[in-house]
Amino acid sequence: MPKRTDIQSVLVIGSGPIVIGQAAEFDYSGTQACRVLKAEGLRVILVNSNPATIMTDPEIADATYVEPITPDFVEKIIAKERPDALLPTLGGQTALNTAISLHDAGTLDKYGVELIGADVEAINKGEDRDLFKEVVAAVNARIGHGESARSVICHSMDEVLAGVGTLGGYPVVVRPSFTMGGAGSGFAHDEGELRRIAGQGLMLSPTTEVLLEESILGWKEYELELMRDKNDNVVVVCSIENFDPMGVHTGDSITVAPAMTLTDREYQILRDIGIAVIREVGVDTGGCNIQFAVNPEDGRVIVIEMNPRVSRSSALASKATGFPIAKIAARLAVGYTLDEIPNDITEKTPASFEPTLDYVVVKVPRFAFEKFPAADASLTTTMKSVGEAMAIGRNFTEALQKALRSLEKAGSQFSFAEDAALAAPGAKDALLETAKVPTDGRINTVMRAIRAGATQEEVFEATKIDPWFVDQLFLIKEYADELAGAERLSPGLLAEAKRHGFSDAQIAGIRGLREDVVREVRHALGVRPVYKTVDTCAAEFAAKTPYFYSSYDEESEVAPREKPAVIILGSGPNRIGQGIEFDYSCVHASFALSDAGYETVMVNCNPETVSTDYDTSDRLYFEPLTLEDVLEIVHAESQAGPVAGVIVQLGGQTPLGLAQALKDNGVTIVGTPPEAIHAAEDRGAFGRVLAEAGLPAPKHGTATTFAEAKAIADEIGYPVLVRPSYVLGGRGMEIVYDETRLSSYIAESTEISPTRPVLVDRFLDDAIEIDVDALYDGAELYLGGVMEHIEEAGIHSGDSACALPPITLGGFDIKRLRTSTEAIAKGVGVRGLINIQFAMAGDILYVLEANPRASRTVPFTSKATAVPLAKAAARISLGATIAELRAEGLLPAHGDGGTLPLDAPISVKEAVMPWSRFRDIHGRGVDTVLGPEMRSTGEVMGIDSAFGTAYAKSQAGAYGPLPTKGRAFISVANRDKRSMIFPARELVAHGFELLATSGTAEVLRRNGINALVVRKHSEGEGPDGEKTVVQLIHDGEVDLIVNTPYGTGGRLDGYDIRTAAVARGVPCLTTVQALAAAVQGIDALNHGEVGVRSLQEHAERLIAARED
Amino acid sequence: MTTSTRGTARAQAPDAVLVLEDGRSFRGRAYGAVGETFGEAVFSTGMTGYQETLTDPSYHRQVVVMTAPHVGNTGVNDEDPESKRIWVAGYVVRDPARMPSNWRSRRSLDEELLAQGVVGIRGVDTRALTRHLRERGAMRVGIFSGEALADETALLARVREVPAMSGADLSAEVATERSYVVPATGPKRFTVAALDLGIKGMTPRRMAERGIEVHVLPATATLDEVYATAPDGVFLSNGPGDPATADLTVVKGVLERGTPLFGICFGNQLLGRALGFGTYKLKYGHRGINQPVQERDADGGWGKVEITAHNHGFAVDAPLDRISDTPYGRAEVSHICLNDNVVEGLRLLDRPVFSVQYHPEAAAGPHDAAYLFDRFVSLMEDQRA
Repeated sequence: MPKRTDIQSVLVIGSGPIVIGQAAEFDYSGTQACRVLKAEGLRVILVNSNPATIMTDPEIADATYVEPITPDFVEKIIAKERPDALLPTLGGQTALNTAISLHDAGTLDKYGVELIGADVEAINKGEDRDLFKEVVAAVNARIGHGESARSVICHSMDEVLAGVGTLGGYPVVVRPSFTMGGAGSGFAHDEGELRRIAGQGLMLSPTTEVLLEESILGWKEYELELMRDKNDNVVVVCSIENFDPMGVHTGDSITVAPAMTLTDREYQILRDIGIAVIREVGVDTGGCNIQFAVNPEDGRVIVIEMNPRVSRSSALASKATGFPIAKIAARLAVGYTLDEIPNDITEKTPASFEPTLDYVVVKVPRFAFEKFPAADASLTTTMKSVGEAMAIGRNFTEALQKALRSLEKAGSQFSFAEDAALAAPGAKDALLETAKVPTDGRINTVMRAIRAGATQEEVFEATKIDPWFVDQLFLIKEYADELAGAERLSPGLLAEAKRHGFSDAQIAGIRGLREDVVREVRHALGVRPVYKTVDTCAAEFAAKTPYFYSSYDEESEVAPREKPAVIILGSGPNRIGQGIEFDYSCVHASFALSDAGYETVMVNCNPETVSTDYDTSDRLYFEPLTLEDVLEIVHAESQAGPVAGVIVQLGGQTPLGLAQALKDNGVTIVGTPPEAIHAAEDRGAFGRVLAEAGLPAPKHGTATTFAEAKAIADEIGYPVLVRPSYVLGGRGMEIVYDETRLSSYIAESTEISPTRPVLVDRFLDDAIEIDVDALYDGAELYLGGVMEHIEEAGIHSGDSACALPPITLGGFDIKRLRTSTEAIAKGVGVRGLINIQFAMAGDILYVLEANPRASRTVPFTSKATAVPLAKAAARISLGATIAELRAEGLLPAHGDGGTLPLDAPISVKEAVMPWSRFRDIHGRGVDTVLGPEMRSTGEVMGIDSAFGTAYAKSQAGAYGPLPTKGRAFISVANRDKRSMIFPARELVAHGFELLATSGTAEVLRRNGINALVVRKHSEGEGPDGEKTVVQLIHDGEVDLIVNTPYGTGGRLDGYDIRTAAVARGVPCLTTVQALAAAVQGIDALNHGEVGVRSLQEHAERLIAARED
Repeated sequence: MTTSTRGTARAQAPDAVLVLEDGRSFRGRAYGAVGETFGEAVFSTGMTGYQETLTDPSYHRQVVVMTAPHVGNTGVNDEDPESKRIWVAGYVVRDPARMPSNWRSRRSLDEELLAQGVVGIRGVDTRALTRHLRERGAMRVGIFSGEALADETALLARVREVPAMSGADLSAEVATERSYVVPATGPKRFTVAALDLGIKGMTPRRMAERGIEVHVLPATATLDEVYATAPDGVFLSNGPGDPATADLTVVKGVLERGTPLFGICFGNQLLGRALGFGTYKLKYGHRGINQPVQERDADGGWGKVEITAHNHGFAVDAPLDRISDTPYGRAEVSHICLNDNVVEGLRLLDRPVFSVQYHPEAAAGPHDAAYLFDRFVSLMEDQRA
């Protein structure tokens, strides 16, 4: 039975901004789905507030709404577009929850929209803990396997406390219902912990519901990915085994595919349960993910949960097997059956089969605890990782070591350098003790314990990591010992070490050699990797899709080719500061260069992304982005045919950092050359570029000691901005107000050395920060876009909101920006994209920094101006000129992002922060103040004809709608008091009741604005039970919070206010500029209907205006 | 947890070489027993179930290449074998486990291979070998290690002396010599005479679970011996070898009498031949537990897809698109493999007779096709009614 004919148009809901637990994997899934649906001839309507996605590219859907994913806005889109169906299973929990809200509100019925992919009953059965327990019980009754952990559902703290008794005491697991990525869940070992975790959980759950559960800590953890069609055909796409046993969220675990330590009997039991569960839940046209715990003592199986939708794990499973779950889910949703869908990779066999692997896949999470020093870094059932790397090898050790080096983080690889500390008495026991608590990098602690003499049994006892995995770690360690002890690197030993994943750098460390020397020896001995294909079928059928991974084996499968290849280096695992935006640019480059006649070769190791979809480029190498791995790929591709060069400027700092070394090894870098990269990144060299162009930069200096830093600071005056050199995302950056802090900063910083000095800049108070994205071809500049930050300079550009076109800059300013940008692009020697940050202080335009690469804002700029900047950059890299691209139509025939028509829409980008994810070790939230170090995980875009509406949309997309009435609490630092008055007055005019702390209230009253004084948190409850502001927030009596951080004093009070706001989900503005913008937004919301408009419509208007 | 015995990382097993009859060779190290072995090289794509595979009598005289790189992770237990011994002639793996980990494990796989004298090789590029077999077809192979190592030309000559699988009559070599009875679990409802052509242990168990008392008879059992058990149904098992060599007297006799008949794998091929269809050798066979098979509906359309366990090098040559007339009435192809349209099942429309080419008993493999045993039961019920 082919496709349904009663559906002509379908609305797809994306997952919105990247947050922890919901990341780029939904762009990958959603993009696949939209393409498939479009190819089926359906009209695809998409809503997603995240501009940094491929799915929101105007070509992917017929109507693309970059609008907030709230029931209100989605209803507006439904009313306008009148889709026949809504597909909610590809946009994570966000899409599912929105769809359920629309269903519950009767909106879907009202407009006759059919939910496809999963119906409401199935979603509820899968998501509601109680209903799911019934599902598991029904399954057990039918097939005799599978049970739920013993548990109780609680809706209040009293029920929670009583519940512990019925479970037989502590520890217990707390899981709030309907939260994403396990938000708010955790283990409670005593009543104190229980009150805290369950209290939080009750608050986080939209249904005020938590589940208390018996502890199955230390059990083996597995996942199955299943798909089912309307004819009840079911396949298991992939099995995944967690290296870290139960207790760590699967998103934070090292995971392995396929399952490694199950016999067929045990595996088939999981499979039978999985199939019975998907049937019982009633997912009848799509996929689901089911998690299991298996008791290592006796095999008792507990079904933990199921997600009746595409998930992070399904994206991983798709990349791990070559079976594109989202793509097939979309086809099933419109009526196809599995046997009617061909397997892309073999082309000859159908999708109704179960992939079999002849390799091992390992995924490792990447964390960002360094960004949140106060946060508790232990791993629990709440997901905390911000990204992941995947690696494929022909065995576990190879895949694991490749995955660890893919993390591209100091210390992520096993180190076997001599270490006296390991021989110290008690070292082993201390390491084993540390290893008991799962943390980021626990596997390295385990390896150190092994090196310190721990036995396999001791490691198992401490960690409950399956003995088979433990033995594999011993295997790696034994090879390290052999490498260390061997008289020379024999071909045999070298080949075997490489087979177990040792990098040249690791071997160099062990042998006391330089990495390039090891490489030379290895090449001289002929020890080089081969490339195998991911083919879904373990070579049973010929693969048509060149999806490669390296291995030290005999036979390579890279086929010769004739067209010149361009190798595009991706950006590796997502991390704060380097996320999906860079993948976006890489994917665009691939599309553009393919259109221009090149064979595109993508290299990346991030399983979440569109770039690692085997459909994106002509060839995909799923490989770590290290010099060694990239050089081997370049070698393999050079053997296969002509290579035009390697693109390094689109994947962020990761490939940029490889540029010089690749060039030194004879690799052609296309686009901006490594020397130009150096000219922009090196302080001295960049200073000369600016001096030559006559452009001012804030006064600055570089220091390697406190004395030097002090001398510089004394000269240029406090506050100063200090940071280590060569970092991305403002890592370690801080505004320092006095000498004491400067001294402690230098003392604390571990990243400062004579070769890596600390940079000390004058901090420009009250400056307007401006971001510019531009293209330069050596002769002509194309100003892609000018973004005016809403927050003042000093807040990392990635964390601040910005508007495009700039809302307060005039033609003269733009002209200055253009001239300066061109001078810098020319001086540095850019061929392609450049991003420059300026600060306008008084009347002076300072240059803060220049990045000779695609920036984080490229997707935003591209969408806001309807011009594909990354595509153009890729073409320029390979020699096209801006004039040619204008003639071709890739760039507008005339004008650029600096000359947008006056009635061009205003786009506002807002950053999304992960505050609610992190707690300190006492369970308190982490502070939410913005600063020079970037901490946002994602972004949204609001687009409309006026700034206020666009800003309101950006807030709605990021944090939930701005309130249009109610109570606003205001407490600002002294320096902000003056600028607060007008917006505060506006709030009152809109009918807000103002609450303020005494100091702020005083200022307001003097200015004729009435504000109710509320008690500070530090003052405690009043004699007559007057609540403090924090209590008021917790009780839901505050609708808007304005709290700007004080310099030093009073900081703690603000901390409690801000963390309460996060916990309660109340909009919290931490800069006075944001308040001013919010007031404009509230004004817009209160004046008339806010409409929705697709990017295609915006573009049409913009193009028409440009023609005028 | 099992305690491991570890030496250095680079296990000091003797060198080994695998030589294919077309001259390609792969070097590795000895795994299991040291020595030499010969057989037909085939690859199996299952990621679980090595114990079941090793002990499946259908693999008699075959050297099995495991495409899954890690083998032996769960060790060897006493419950999962499908027969009393390992049948594979040789074993080719990439990365065998150094230590097993599973609560049911009793010993390691290499101990077991050694104890049973199975010569294996590890550390070879099993994917390259599999691709080679896929492109060139299953072929004869030898594995040599220790003192058996010699000049490759000499080894190749010896590989080429091995008899080919086509024309091999092997059932009697693997089947039980004496008949035995597997009692029904719970109350007995039916008696089935099962012809052991290389039967797997799970098959009588699946029948016993359904109230069937299974009389397992030697491959050489006569029609009289079959009916001496007073069977409600007759079962033809899986087994190794070329179906063209088999004696069809018993099958034809059962068809004559119209007794409910169910065949699996080799049994399917025997039924096919008895009905007058031909059988042929597949280029490289189906061996794995992920094969999609679709059943023909009652109305002649194609129905549900089941994921099934396969282990067959031969197949029945019967028309897919029409009903065939046979000496025993009308017959049709009931199941096909979606990967390559190979005949995966036959049924008679006028007699209670059906068979499948794959393994509904699974072990190893998915349980999707277990309903076929229920179908056998209903045929016997109908017959009785």
